[in-house]
Order: sequence, then C-alpha cells, then structure tokens
Amino acid sequence: MAYFMIFITAVFVNNIVLSQFLGICPFLGVSKKISTAAGMGFAVMFVMTIATIATFLIYYTFLQPYNLTFMTTVTFILVIAALVQMVEIIVKKVSPPLYQALGIFLPLITTNCAVLGIAILTIQKNYTLTAGICYALANAMGFTLAIVIFAGIRERLADTEVPSALKGTPLALITAGLLSMAFMGFAGISQ
Amino acid sequence: MNKTSLENLTRGIIRENPTFVMLLGMCPTLGVTTSALNGLGMGLATLFVLILSNVAISLVKGIIPPKVRIPSFIVIIASFVTVVDLLMAAYLPALHAALGIFIPLIVVNCIILGRAEAFASKNNIWQSVLDAVGMGTGFTIGLTSLGIVREVLGNGSIFNYSFIAEDANPVLLFIMPPGAFLALAALIILFNRLRKAE
Amino acid sequence: MSKNSSNTFWSMVTVLTAIAVLSAFILAFVEQLTREPIQKAKDQRELEAIAEVVGEFDNDPFAEQMNIVTPDKKYKLKLYPARKNGSISGFAVKTYSNAGYGGRIELIAGFYIDGSVKTFKITKHNETPGLGSKADEPRFKKQFDGFNPNKHKFKVRQDGGEIDGITAATITSRAVIDAIQHAVDAYNNFNPGKQP
Repeated sequence: MAYFMIFITAVFVNNIVLSQFLGICPFLGVSKKISTAAGMGFAVMFVMTIATIATFLIYYTFLQPYNLTFMTTVTFILVIAALVQMVEIIVKKVSPPLYQALGIFLPLITTNCAVLGIAILTIQKNYTLTAGICYALANAMGFTLAIVIFAGIRERLADTEVPSALKGTPLALITAGLLSMAFMGFAGISQ
Repeated sequence: MNKTSLENLTRGIIRENPTFVMLLGMCPTLGVTTSALNGLGMGLATLFVLILSNVAISLVKGIIPPKVRIPSFIVIIASFVTVVDLLMAAYLPALHAALGIFIPLIVVNCIILGRAEAFASKNNIWQSVLDAVGMGTGFTIGLTSLGIVREVLGNGSIFNYSFIAEDANPVLLFIMPPGAFLALAALIILFNRLRKAE
Repeated sequence: MSKNSSNTFWSMVTVLTAIAVLSAFILAFVEQLTREPIQKAKDQRELEAIAEVVGEFDNDPFAEQMNIVTPDKKYKLKLYPARKNGSISGFAVKTYSNAGYGGRIELIAGFYIDGSVKTFKITKHNETPGLGSKADEPRFKKQFDGFNPNKHKFKVRQDGGEIDGITAATITSRAVIDAIQHAVDAYNNFNPGKQP
C-alpha cells in the first residue's frame, strides 16, 4: 500500500514536471512530436531507475559510512554521466534497434536535472532501496505521461493559427500551464 | 572598457538573456520563483557559481585533454555548487531551506556548463568573468522579475512587504505551479515586444 | 586503443583524477569550516520554534530533550521540557503528520503543564503556498490556545469536532490536528499519571 501511494503521488499528484519543475528542458525541448517525446520518456525511465539504484548503493556503502556526504553532488553527477555513457555503449552492442530508438536522447539525459534530482530526493526522503526504485520508476512514468500528453497537444497546435506574439515558446508555456492546472485536479487524492 | 569587453558583459543581459531568450535553466526559473526574494537568492547563487566556474575553467583550459573536457568541467562545477550549498546552509539557513533541492541542481543548470563550454574554455580569465557576470545578472533579473510578478499577483506582497488587506484574496494561482508557466509566458511576450520596439 | 593514444589515455586519467582529488580536498576543507555553523543554524531554528510555542523558560530545553513514542510505536517523537526556576512550566513536542496536502508536515507543538495545547509552529511543510500555509497564521492558531484534546473533540467541524478548519484547506487543518494528536498520544503514553 505504501508503494502504491508513492506511485500515485509521484505520477499524478506531485508530477515531476508539472508540479515539481524537474526536467523542464527536455519537456519543452523534445516535445514537438509524440514519437520523439515517447522515446525521450522511455530513455529517461531507463536511466532514472538505474541511476537511482547506483547512486543509492554508492551513497550507503561509501559516502555515508565514511562521512563523505559533502561529496554527494560531485559523486552523483559523475556517476550519472558515466552511467549514461555506459548505457549508450551497452545498448548499442546488445540491441541496435533499441539504440536506434533511444540513442539520440541518451547524451541529453546527463544534464536532465530530473535524473539527478530524483537521485538526491531518494536519499533526502530516507527511502529504502525498494521504495527508491518505486519512486524513481513512478517519477519517470510521470515524466513520460506529461511529455507525451504535451507533445500530443503541441502537434495539434502546430496546425492552428495563433497570434504572432504567442508563437513558439509563449504558447508552449501557456499549454504547459493549462496542463499543470489539469493535473492539480489530482491533488488531495493521496488521502 | 573596450568594445569586446562591453559586448561580453552585456550579451547575457539582453541579447542572449538566459531566461527570456535562450530559455536555459528553466527548472529553477519555474521552481523557486514563488517569491521575489527566492528568485533573487537563486539568481545570486547561480551568478556566484557561474563566476567561479568560468574563472576556474578559463585557468585550466590548456591542460585538460579534450576527451575528458566535459567530465572535468562537471566535477569543477559540482565542487563549486557544493561550496555554495554548504555556505548557504551555514549562513543563510532560511533561504537554503526555501530553495531546497534546486541548490544542488545548479550543477545541471545548462547555463553554467554551456558558458564553460562555449566561452570560458576559449577565452581569457578577465573576459570569462565579464561573461559570467553578464549571464548571471541576466539570469538573476529574469528570476527576480518572475518572482516579483508571481508574488505581487499571487500573494499580494513584494519582497515580503504585504500591500493588501489581511482578508483580501490574491490570485493564488500565480504562486501555484500553473502560474509559473503562465507568468513566464507573459514575461517572454513582454520582453520580445520591448526588444522589437528598441 | 592504439599504442600512441595510450599516452593521451594516461594523461586523461591523470588530469581527471587530479581534479577529483583537488575537489575532494577543497570540499573537505569547506565542510569542516561550515559543519559547526550549519549545526548551530539548525539548532537555532528549532530552539526559536520551541521558545515561540512554550513561552518563558530559563533552562535549556534542548539539552533536556527526551524521546517519547505513541502507544502503537509508530511515531517516535521528541519532548522538550521547559522549566522556570527549576520546575516544569510547560513542554514542547516535535511531531509530524503524513496526511498533509503535499505529504509530510512537521511542527513543534507547545503544551501547558496540564496537557492542554498552547500553540504550535510549523517547521517544514509542502502545502500549497498561500492556502495550506495559512495554517501557520494566528487566525487558525489562536483557537488551539487552551484546548485540551483529552476533554474536547479534537477534530475539524466537518468531522464533528470543535476546531474551525482553514477555508479551502481542510486537509491541511486535519493534518495539523493529526500531528498534534500524535504528540498528545505520545505524551499520555509517556506520562499516564498526568492525564486528567
């Protein structure tokens, strides 16, 4: 039940993009088409889960026992950067079709603050490893859900005429604002 | 000050303003600007890291092999971010608590790695400092103005000075998440209009 | 990796290691420098909150803190006794609830010597700014002064209790009451004799 609550809260109530504001760059940057948005979503899901496991283990086996918690930020970002590289190499070797689908998104993920953010939040919230994995997976799904819906709306908007002042970023931001408002409707269901 | 220096200093404030034109560092921009003070604090913290990292990277640019450039930059930036994080926790605890997770996340703020890569690794220290000050100021202006708009509309106050009656209802929406998107959209439209009019 | 690039490989490793080691040293130094001020700032905030909720005292409630626990052992809380001229004048309990709108709400509740609530101070919350955070304002708080949860129904009106919830933030109001209720339960468990 506790895991289920973590899940619902992370996907709908405190959506990582629309209410916690993590991962805004890819959310605004790669959301012009549903297919690329979904690709980005799955790549994030993959990396975020692995990164949370790796950083969790490193934190509790090295950083905390040796009082090196002040190195958390440095270590985590290095681990994530290395991990992204490794995932890229492995996926390229093992599954070329998957690489075709996700490859171009992987380098972008290193500077995706959602990955580092969730890794740090898992530690700050004192989650166990299982709860942490659940939390990471749920947030990644929340990210995918938000970016796919957003891309769907933007695909439609691309064909409509809008006032020239709104064209481009302002319209995207207003759309995101309305989407965020819609997600506010979920607030309070975690009772 | 000669022309290039002036150009490097002002580039980040108007022509390539990170918030309104380049759309960089959007996470803290939207996440912490529930009040003008938080926006200002976040802007200054980023400005500080940006100056330090630009100086350090400009200093070591000759000795880092190109292949490990990015990881080296990341470690340097992450170290300065941690320094800022610790100093803020010690001497500005209230602001540190308000900014929360967004302080360690300065590491992945694209502005900092972007300036390291595009500017500091190619220019001397003095020009890198000017570039950092310009970009950091542009970012601070962006965050503070967004913070002001959201605080005025959403809380009826400015820099914590309340100007409405105690039982009046401000437009709460603006300090809630959707308000961040809407207020930023409005400010970008305004910024573009002003630039065009120039 | 070809032979002539092994040279650059080692220079890569050396540079990266050197940067990492240098960074570790600098950070260790800064950490040592800021460790005490950070702890002090943390204690200071808590002490200020305690001072705000229990009124006057002349001891160090922080030094005399005790661990208390609710009967179901779910909530492990901290109790800070406040003394004046040696005798207990009231106490504060650091407590929390996970039932807030934005999850966890942490607060320090102050009690009179007879176990009735004096007031509380929210120390950490994730509620909607401007709405849920109204819980820390006097309008909501003042009705807690002198309220004895052991004698009256300690719930919001909607739930058949005697506390007026905050308009449009009933969940937050419930969570605050929930947190204080835990403190009361833990205190009664710790000191059953004092229960009226």
